[in-house]
Amino acid sequence: MRVNFTVNGRQQEADDVWEGESLLYVLRERMGLPGSKNACEQGECGSCTVRLDGVPVCSCLVAAGQVEGREVVTVEGLADYAKHREDSHPGGACGSVCGGTDLQQARQWQAKGTDGQTGEGGELSPIQQAFIDAGAVQCGFCTPGLLVAADELLERNPSPSDGDIREALSGNLCRCTGYEKILDAVRLAAARQEEAV
Amino acid sequence: MAGTTTGAPTNVTQKYNQGGIGESTLRPDGTLKVTGEFAYSSDMWHEDMLWGQTLRSTVAHAEIVSIDTSEALKMDGVYAVLTADDMPAAKNYGMEFQDTPILAYGKVRHHGEPVALVAADHPETARRAAAKIVIEYRELPLITDEASATAPDAILVHENRDDHHAPFVPHPNIVHHQPIQRGNAEEAAKKADFIVKGEYTFGMQDQAFLGPESGLAVPAEDGGIDLYVATQWLHSDLKQIAPCLGLPEEKVRMTMSGVGGAFGGREDISMQIQASVLALRTGKPVKMVYNRTESFFGHVHRHPAKLYYEHGATKDGKLTHMKCKIVLDGGAYASSTASVVGNASSLSVGPYVIDNVDILAIGLYSNNPPCGAMRGFGAVQACFAYEAQMDKLAAKLGMDPVEFRQLNAMEEGTIMPTGQPVESPAPVAELLRRVKSRPLPPERQWESSEGADVRALPGGLSNTTHGEGVVRGIGYAVGIKNVGFSEGFDDYSTAKISMQVINGEAVAVVHTAMAEVGQGGVTIHAQIARTELGVQQVTIHPADTQVGSAGSTSAGRQTYMTGGAIKNSCELVREQVFEIGRRKFGSYHPAWATEELNLEGGKVVTNAGEVLASIVDVLEDEVVSVEEEWRHQPTEAFDRVTGQGRGHVQYAFAAHRAVVEVDTELGLVKVIELACAQDVGKALNPLSVVGQIQGGTTQGLGVAVMEEIIVDPKTAKVRNPSFTDYLLPTILDTPTIPVDYIEMADPKAPYGVRGIGEAPTLSSTPAVLAAIRNATGLELNKTPVRPEHITGT
Repeated sequence: MRVNFTVNGRQQEADDVWEGESLLYVLRERMGLPGSKNACEQGECGSCTVRLDGVPVCSCLVAAGQVEGREVVTVEGLADYAKHREDSHPGGACGSVCGGTDLQQARQWQAKGTDGQTGEGGELSPIQQAFIDAGAVQCGFCTPGLLVAADELLERNPSPSDGDIREALSGNLCRCTGYEKILDAVRLAAARQEEAV
Repeated sequence: MAGTTTGAPTNVTQKYNQGGIGESTLRPDGTLKVTGEFAYSSDMWHEDMLWGQTLRSTVAHAEIVSIDTSEALKMDGVYAVLTADDMPAAKNYGMEFQDTPILAYGKVRHHGEPVALVAADHPETARRAAAKIVIEYRELPLITDEASATAPDAILVHENRDDHHAPFVPHPNIVHHQPIQRGNAEEAAKKADFIVKGEYTFGMQDQAFLGPESGLAVPAEDGGIDLYVATQWLHSDLKQIAPCLGLPEEKVRMTMSGVGGAFGGREDISMQIQASVLALRTGKPVKMVYNRTESFFGHVHRHPAKLYYEHGATKDGKLTHMKCKIVLDGGAYASSTASVVGNASSLSVGPYVIDNVDILAIGLYSNNPPCGAMRGFGAVQACFAYEAQMDKLAAKLGMDPVEFRQLNAMEEGTIMPTGQPVESPAPVAELLRRVKSRPLPPERQWESSEGADVRALPGGLSNTTHGEGVVRGIGYAVGIKNVGFSEGFDDYSTAKISMQVINGEAVAVVHTAMAEVGQGGVTIHAQIARTELGVQQVTIHPADTQVGSAGSTSAGRQTYMTGGAIKNSCELVREQVFEIGRRKFGSYHPAWATEELNLEGGKVVTNAGEVLASIVDVLEDEVVSVEEEWRHQPTEAFDRVTGQGRGHVQYAFAAHRAVVEVDTELGLVKVIELACAQDVGKALNPLSVVGQIQGGTTQGLGVAVMEEIIVDPKTAKVRNPSFTDYLLPTILDTPTIPVDYIEMADPKAPYGVRGIGEAPTLSSTPAVLAAIRNATGLELNKTPVRPEHITGT
């Protein structure tokens, strides 16, 4: 079957999709977006978390056909998604979905590659920068899913308590860090966000 | 070969504002990892590639009567179906013993053993084809524990063993046994005023790295193969893979892909040979990605153990003796069981002074899942048991458990049961003091102005209590772990360091085969190069087999070993730079003739700080390059009868204090705080050090209260191979982990470093158990503690 949907602001079309394929598989294997990770493929670990019409979901549990005509944001588009949010609602807590996005606007926040040679270059979202700065990244396999989930948390709750952070991220397993530095990263991103307002 | 491989690793360079050793420099791969661009082994893609799939045994021990692949081969999109008969060369591989079949032949020895392989153009086609393969088994009796393994008429898991331990074991179903005798435990026991005995059971733990076993094998025009995989040790893989493919090692070119965690579980081969034989057979690139269920079968686990301990003490609190027997279940294939036995035995005494010991550790062959390396490697199981014993003895003596430990704590100069002295700082008593002196978290911490925050209570969001029936407990533990490969192993690492001028700036390139599994080795490598070579810009070349072995990313050894190799090669590069400088500028300044030169801030400077020349001017268009092996001090094997020998390189120590709250009615445990104090020798990167300690601590917490691979004793089948049924600590289960590290340099180690990753995994588990015992008054001699153990229901 053919599936049409928007990924990181760009209209995408996938052909020859087998009905049993998940959104995760189509993103990773058909669209060249392997940032969403395949750690358990049964909705337990959260490594494949993406936004589907703004809602964080495990993309391994979403059938590709369910996404027809809908909007997906992956870790690859997170920086531009955050920038767009900031531009349209400075300091606000509302994502693109509640404000509505025209195609022209959406195209402006297409994912841009960083310089693969240097690991420097592309602009990062506040939560991405905070994960690096706080030491919340070790092997990094859980990181994309955590970033998408944490970004969504800060969007709806700009000053979360530790309990709120733990609850919001409890669907994302990390085996390396013991979570302490992930908490640090979310606190840091929240604090920087507050300073910026 | 047409097409390109996407996801192949690229150089990572850090240019600006990054520090040398001792600074919390940020990861050079951090940006790639937060943008989703970092290429893990499961992200590899190649034009025209096929997908590989294994078929695994549904029974634990059986003769293979027949395999019928005809229906699978008929399917559209299937390119190959292989069984053991199709293997091109050697049929077995293995790290220490070559006892593991690529695909089972003759018989299967454990549940989930690979029996057949499929390559197809879609992963679902490959899965469906595998399901069409028909295998007829004739089941055999099961070996599942020590009694069944060593019974006089026991069926042998492996007949005709020819490994180096085989001539010395008391039974062919024992992989290795290591006694240690020192002093006279029998006589010393007579002087004890108190004796405690205990029997402990340690469950099978899974590494549960998040990145599944995966990779891409690309057949090359020269008949060789290019392999992109995630592993802990490229060269060990290479040595095992090449004979199985019938290829010389130079035709098996391995490149490290992004590794999604390891923790010991990637020290053995998983899909490497499987993908390679499919690629060679089909002539097409083959990608394999295990799903989570297969991952539980695709790597070895932490050895489950039975531990029998006896300790004695005088009434003034001095330990008199220790006797123990540790039985580790190695499962169907040896993996690193023999080395785990050596560790369990030699570290069974813990960080205590006990002059009279009678120790035996054995590792079994059985039909349970194979076990091998996992963070802590044999020392974890022992620590769980001896720390429970310490608490029992302290209680009998009426002493404070921390004071009792401190009274018996080892220190620099203590002689280990193996006769090896501890030759660098061993601040065991101080680590205990530090965790004990921390202020305790406030009582009833779940109370807020809006009532009880259930997220801070046992049962959490299940909302099972608002504090009723909740009792607090506090527990302590301390452990000792060896660092580096022991028992006479020729443990070395290799570093190739190059320096040249690019765009007017001196640039260093660090090329090693070290597996970056998340620990932050790449960060440290760049820091060392900056410190030693005085340059800002350092490029980390992808790890591959075009450079000499770095050894394994395990045993807490990489910062010590590959860090040491980089330091050494940098020093040699530095000497060459000075040599070139002397040639060009020697006549301009007498200091060039001295040995007192350094590289700092891009300049050649004297010890007094005088600048002689810039590196750019010295090098011009010359490239300086050094590749050298580097070794730690040699070790020796433990005597097979007495266990005596200088077997270890270095020791690491960590202590924990756990504070738990237990809902005694429902048996639910909430760990409130898990504080750690550790001697790290020298923190090359403080941010990474703390991250390692917190991560190791959390894996110990998992074992304490939730993690266990459950193997049905009647069938030897794994009952919970999924993240639904094998529970891992989430962010809600994990408490705050305050870390207090101290730096007491090991004079023999580069910069004084101590391997840090493993020690916190040891003491975390027994500290949590001690806290739960403290809260409940129960004996609790098994990990993990389950609700029914607390409620007795």
